[in-house]
Amino acid sequence: MQKPIEAKGQQMSYHNPTTPPRKSATFDDYTLAEIRRAAATGIYDIRGGGTKRKVPHFDDLLFLGASISRYPLEGYREKCDTSVVLGTRFAKKPIELKIPITIAGMSFGALSGNAKEALGRGATLAGTSTTTGDGGMTNEERGHSEKLVYQYLPSRYGMNPKDLRRADAIEVVVGQGAKPGGGGMLLGQKISDRVAQMRNLPKGIDQRSACRHPDWTGPDDLEIKILELREITDWEKPIYVKVGGARPYYDTALAVKAGADVVVLDGMQGGTAATQDVFIENVGMPTLACIRPAVQALQDLGMHRKVQLIVSGGIRSGADVAKALALGADVVSIGTAALVAIGDNDPHWEEEYQKLGSTAGAYDDWHEGKDPAGITTQDPELAKRLDPVLAGRRLANYLKVMTLEAQTIARACGKNKLHNLEPEDLCALTMEAAAMAQVPLAGTSWYPGKGGF
Amino acid sequence: MPVFDLSQTPLRELNSALHNLGSGANDTAFEVINPRGSHAVAVGIDSPVTVEVRGSVGYYCAGMNDGGTITVHGSAGPGVAENMMSGTVVIEGDASQYAGATGQGGLLVIKGNAASRCGISMKGIDIVVHGSIGHMSAFMGQSGHLVVLGDAGEALGDSLYEAKLFVRGTVKSLGADCVEKAMKPKHLEKLAELLERAGVTDVRPEEFKRYGSARKLYNFNIDNAEAY
Repeated sequence: MQKPIEAKGQQMSYHNPTTPPRKSATFDDYTLAEIRRAAATGIYDIRGGGTKRKVPHFDDLLFLGASISRYPLEGYREKCDTSVVLGTRFAKKPIELKIPITIAGMSFGALSGNAKEALGRGATLAGTSTTTGDGGMTNEERGHSEKLVYQYLPSRYGMNPKDLRRADAIEVVVGQGAKPGGGGMLLGQKISDRVAQMRNLPKGIDQRSACRHPDWTGPDDLEIKILELREITDWEKPIYVKVGGARPYYDTALAVKAGADVVVLDGMQGGTAATQDVFIENVGMPTLACIRPAVQALQDLGMHRKVQLIVSGGIRSGADVAKALALGADVVSIGTAALVAIGDNDPHWEEEYQKLGSTAGAYDDWHEGKDPAGITTQDPELAKRLDPVLAGRRLANYLKVMTLEAQTIARACGKNKLHNLEPEDLCALTMEAAAMAQVPLAGTSWYPGKGGF
Repeated sequence: MPVFDLSQTPLRELNSALHNLGSGANDTAFEVINPRGSHAVAVGIDSPVTVEVRGSVGYYCAGMNDGGTITVHGSAGPGVAENMMSGTVVIEGDASQYAGATGQGGLLVIKGNAASRCGISMKGIDIVVHGSIGHMSAFMGQSGHLVVLGDAGEALGDSLYEAKLFVRGTVKSLGADCVEKAMKPKHLEKLAELLERAGVTDVRPEEFKRYGSARKLYNFNIDNAEAY
């Protein structure tokens, strides 16, 4: 029992009535758990996916729609073109996509063979391209992908001129949104015999790829590297340059200067197979903040629509597609959403996610190779759970729905082509989104950075 | 014997001719004159042609060579024979940075010196340097052999995987996880073969020391963090 404290003139007590326990906003449960985890294991947290923090995003933008000042087009009846051609600047064989949505680079190694096949099948059914990853091209994905983009990465695992020639485009990867400035990572659990053989690595090691290309640094070297790749492939293939969302204005301008046909810009919501959580959550810019500076760079150089811009990182719906295109992108790319479409994090496997200490929708330990859905794994038993034909169909459905959604919005804005959407068609719900997208705050004619406040 | 004068003919015509030899073509001895430091000379060769380059070249000469024999009668800029698959590339002079980067096969012979990052990320290529090599050579080397008759610069073999390194002279320093290893008879035998293929006749394999991976960084351990 606490002894009462004497105070001048009256009695005070430390015997307080019970108050609700209050947790620190700074040291919240997640933070505390991370401190304990680091102390217990001696290693930083590694996980898959993109940033989980809330950042300004396409949800913070709305379309205005048509009214008296502009008229809408009939849904289903009046045409709204969705096709796009990539590589019109220098490539002898540009690629035409039926829809402005592509599948982002994900490696065989990070994903199972069946998952890669499903992505190829789905993309092909929907009339679009898919992309290899850090680990080379497999015959299966080449076979199942009508249009395949071959990534040219710092590690150069499995890189060879035959695959360059049988690719439909080449993507020089400088960085990605989940980890601008970081290299690839594939931990021992996923270095199976075949993955080890393709990457020329000892089986079971923790593979940490280089973050810089081994034979060039900077924009002047990149220009010569692109020349070499064009010469090797007889100037046939569109050459993309992929950057993480860091300094989009300058990165885009320098990629154009170096001779890119296409710039791929990946914001921080873009996923990774495995990277340090501290990197995913603290490096890079939100996708929404990247688009306008990149488009500005293209416009300043007179190259908008001549060098195509592919935007990725957190694209989930036709609304996101339409908003990215309205801000000036030519194409969007999906990774995480494509995995979800084929079955990643599906509640069907909830019991097994629970056994792994997670829950459907939150499972991100992709590096461990224990994915119950059989997608981010090299375990043949788990991989068998994914039927590539069915999963491919699901992806095709999803891609087609997104396209139809985007068309629905575009028609409502009076556009007979998705690419005719423009910033004019948008307003912002928050000051942050208004500033990043450079579209007016809803109900005003103003956004931060514009004069006349 | 097709001769390409790069002071008159665009680079594109040279590489296009090298890529478009019909099957059964027998006029496969090419000569390139006046390269004048051009980049991407004789890249993407995919058949057993020979190319004699009379003069010095810029970046990525013989890049991704797959089966050709390319000789540069001069010096080579950065990334010579990068990602070579098979065949032979000989540089009569010196080579700049990243010579043989990520090469997966074939033989690269540099008769002069090679600058930094020689054999970076090598994946099966054999490289023989008659002179010395610069810093960070064989960084992250995965497989293949790097033979140096002269000296090696700082941080040789940093973060090495399974590439085998042989140096006859001094090594300024070894990179993280690279150690000197015992020279066994099979290594002497391999070395003798490589020296012979590289046209080295006056040097014995016994004069070299062998370096390789200590394999301590293969799986992550927080107490090794200072090594990175």
